[in-house]
Amino acid sequence: MTAYPAWDQDSARSIIAGLVHLEGAALPILHALQEEFGHVDAQVVPLLADALNLSRAEVHGTISFYHDFRTSPPPRRVIKLCRAEACQALGCEALVQDLAHRHGIAVDGHGHGHAHGHTHSHDCGHDHSHVAVETVYCLGNCALGPSALVDGELIGRLDSDRLAELCTETGVRS
Amino acid sequence: MTLSPDAIRIFVPIDAAALSVGADAVARSIAREAQARGVTIEIVRNGSRGMLWLEPMVEVATPAGRIAYGPVAARHVAGLFDADFQAGGSHALRLGLTEELDWMKRQQRLTFERIGVTDPLSLAEYRAHGGLAGLEKALALSGDDVVEAVRASGLRGRGGAGFPTGIKWKTVQNARAEQKYIVCNADEGDSGTFADRMLMEGDPFLLIEGMTIAAIAVGATRGYIYLRSEYPHAFKTLQRAILKAETAGVLGDSVLGSSLAFRLEVRLGAGAYICGEETSLLESLEGKRALVRAKPPIPALQGLFGKPTIVNNVLSFAAVPWILDHGAQAYADYGLGRSRGTLPVQLGGNVKRGGLIELAFGISLREIIEDMGGGTLSGRPIRAVQVGGPLGAYLTAAQLDVAMDYEALAAMRAMLGHGGIVVFDDSVDMAKQARFAFEFCAKESCGKCTPCRIGATRGVEVMDRIIAGTERPKNIAVLRDLSKLMTDASLCAMGGLTPMPVLSALNHFPEDFDRPALPMAAE
Repeated sequence: MTAYPAWDQDSARSIIAGLVHLEGAALPILHALQEEFGHVDAQVVPLLADALNLSRAEVHGTISFYHDFRTSPPPRRVIKLCRAEACQALGCEALVQDLAHRHGIAVDGHGHGHAHGHTHSHDCGHDHSHVAVETVYCLGNCALGPSALVDGELIGRLDSDRLAELCTETGVRS
Repeated sequence: MTLSPDAIRIFVPIDAAALSVGADAVARSIAREAQARGVTIEIVRNGSRGMLWLEPMVEVATPAGRIAYGPVAARHVAGLFDADFQAGGSHALRLGLTEELDWMKRQQRLTFERIGVTDPLSLAEYRAHGGLAGLEKALALSGDDVVEAVRASGLRGRGGAGFPTGIKWKTVQNARAEQKYIVCNADEGDSGTFADRMLMEGDPFLLIEGMTIAAIAVGATRGYIYLRSEYPHAFKTLQRAILKAETAGVLGDSVLGSSLAFRLEVRLGAGAYICGEETSLLESLEGKRALVRAKPPIPALQGLFGKPTIVNNVLSFAAVPWILDHGAQAYADYGLGRSRGTLPVQLGGNVKRGGLIELAFGISLREIIEDMGGGTLSGRPIRAVQVGGPLGAYLTAAQLDVAMDYEALAAMRAMLGHGGIVVFDDSVDMAKQARFAFEFCAKESCGKCTPCRIGATRGVEVMDRIIAGTERPKNIAVLRDLSKLMTDASLCAMGGLTPMPVLSALNHFPEDFDRPALPMAAE
């Protein structure tokens, strides 16, 4: 779990300058920006267009194409829950439903850094406003599912209780 | 790290699957407990042997061979020391000699021969276990001879399409250009597959060696590994391995002291399944929206930045060092028909014993799932098996006697793909699986061609109507028509193969498309 600094055009500029020499530099730059700031702010579009000699439309098109790039700051914790076939075979959809009904957390709920999908009544007594659970398709842990990736750590044989814990804990227990 | 020579070597896997069930905590406990007891040990973080249901599987080196214990949790560690496990002592978790375990003995491990055996980031161990022998032999041969060896081995692309690797390499070799590229497709996005990940985490130098052999064979000087961002552990391992290979002169201006240069970089994808399609991957490497390109021109002639490019899967490159070292014929002696060599099969989903199995082509699905896998984890009957990822067919429990080979599966309108097998028990609803196939395609389509972009969304809608019980015969007719259109008119396999899981579900499990409609819960 990382606290990210606020977006800063000058440091964005220097991150771009450090990587612009690479062949096909756009993705490495976008990853570096997201690693630094937790998201890729729309303010970077003209900077990147200038650095890579592209139109703003092309840069915007690239950023928006990929699921990974966020355009607003992430919540404090992001849980990437696998919902592909191998995890479906082990009941990942039941985990999704449990999260909604028992904990009021909607997977892929909208908004960032705000309460996610509090459309269901729930009485678990926890504030989930700093967590987002997002769908991902396959984490390569298909023999030990259901799986999730939490702050870069892979977690296998996930069950409903463990997932709920992850939504409230501050650190990954391993 | 300096160690006394009498240190006992204890192996705790660092493979992400092992980490996902607590391998780090086990390694920490073992270190603590050994220190408290004054036992001198060396903990080696190896790759996984592939018996994933036994992870974390700890091994101890003894004079008789390595002895396995598993699955070990941190709470077992004190008891293991009490049982003198560091000398192979008896314990409830003791599995026996690793090499003698049924799962291991049934396999023919060529590509995965070192995985789980060695420290993935020790180049010295890599060499000691036969690493770099293939590259050394390749350096003594002409590029023509290297390409011919790959062709004669019968190796076909392990990414799924099964195109003969030697022919692709020959095309790039014959192309004239001032710059050629070697690109590894490590965007292993198919659910049910993890062989690439295990290989990159468990034996990264093997991939580096295979790509380097490709480079010197066709005259390429730059290479990229395009790795999916869902694999952060593999990313770190590859970066460290490349750095070590550069320091040791395996990569760089002079490959193993020769006059040939090869530089390699890992690039991270950004969560787009379509980037596993080779032309989409190339667009992404170039820094663009990953829109699929029309072929021709083929990437072998106009690939990355328009230059001749070999694009191969991780497992294809990783098979090459063995072929060069042991000879093309030795590799071709495994397998049958037009499927030569070995295939790393990945068994997952609802299965008791899941993991990585490398075998010559030809074993039946049933042997893999029932004999090796032990049936379902839930203990309920097997109902459906999806082979070859999200674009592969669903088979019934009665169809499992088919051999794992490209042609045998194709003959029953299924596909081998990247060798992933996902098992479902009888709680599966195949109409929902068919709906998911379209939903996945709708989310992951690059959007370039209409049959895929629009067809997938229409497919979700049609499935919703069928599930809701609205004019089922008419909607099933629409479903078949839509599937035919997507198959025939999509630009790439994403739209072209999405109908495969859909139609296999419809044809093999028609009862699931004719269930009483349930009131749909609003989602």
